[in-house]
Amino acid sequence: METVDVKHLQELLDSFANKDVYIHLETTNGSYASHFQEGFFNAGAFIRNVVIRYELGKVAGESPHRIGLKLPSGWIYAQGITHYTLDEHNRLLMAGLGPDGKLAVALEISETPFAY
Amino acid sequence: MLQKERHVLIVFPHPDDESFGTAGTIAQYIEMGVPVTYACLTLGEMGRNLGNPPFANRETLPQIRKQELLDACNAMGLTDLRMMGLRDKTIEFEDPEKLVKLMTDLIEETNPSVVISFHPTLAVHPDHNATGVAVIEAMNRRPETDRPVLYMKAFDNDTLNQLGEPHVVHHTPNVADKKIAALRAHASQTVWMLPDMEKRWAADDKDALDWLYNEAFYIHEFK
Repeated sequence: METVDVKHLQELLDSFANKDVYIHLETTNGSYASHFQEGFFNAGAFIRNVVIRYELGKVAGESPHRIGLKLPSGWIYAQGITHYTLDEHNRLLMAGLGPDGKLAVALEISETPFAY
Repeated sequence: MLQKERHVLIVFPHPDDESFGTAGTIAQYIEMGVPVTYACLTLGEMGRNLGNPPFANRETLPQIRKQELLDACNAMGLTDLRMMGLRDKTIEFEDPEKLVKLMTDLIEETNPSVVISFHPTLAVHPDHNATGVAVIEAMNRRPETDRPVLYMKAFDNDTLNQLGEPHVVHHTPNVADKKIAALRAHASQTVWMLPDMEKRWAADDKDALDWLYNEAFYIHEFK
């Protein structure tokens, strides 16, 4: 993955608009967060292979960026995106890697289902 | 001193669980000629560690970790690896009966005298605990006379308080090189801790060498 090039990422987001696409969205502190830091409130969320269609997708802010997808009757949003790639299966993979290089957030868009 | 066993079945949810907690034990059993089967439930698909600098992404991580797992097993001399096809971070949400059946099938096929897995409440990661729960339930349903011994890994911060000192400690300095090789094989996961560990081993740091040479287990008491 490369660090976000806003103009290029915006073009890629535009290219998936108004199509049925599979979404992967997750935020995570890692399963060990409250083991290493007692009292840490470990929260996160994860969806995968949910089909949506967005009419407008936008990359906002300086790095770490925010990505918002406007749906006909709702929204999808990810904060903290630093890296992206269009992989060999034409899937748009976006991720937020913390200063330690560990994944904190991922938002991925694909016209074909992600692996299980 | 490890006892000669008929067969050892190891069940953990993530590639690298076996290397952190039991690589010395596995390598030692294999050197003794004890057959070892390792059932790894997932490919660690949801890991946060993607290498440093990152060489994986969310979608390539499973294949990278699969290869790391194969390399780690090779380093330990383990040839009977089963990849069970579940997804990282979802074990506790699976149908419990499906998991019990998975464990039961493994036990019936391999007929182990020892099973090694995680403690059902003191293994920190929800996947670890859920794996331990399913293993214990599968073994609970067996007749007492046909029940292997269950060794459990536990490392919650409250473990000593709740369980006391480990019941069994395997001392395996003679296979430390294999354990190190297995840990190195899991590069996407261990690149954060290994360089520091290697320095401490080289400096004869007592805690670091203790971690490398000794593997502690609790034995489950079936009611």
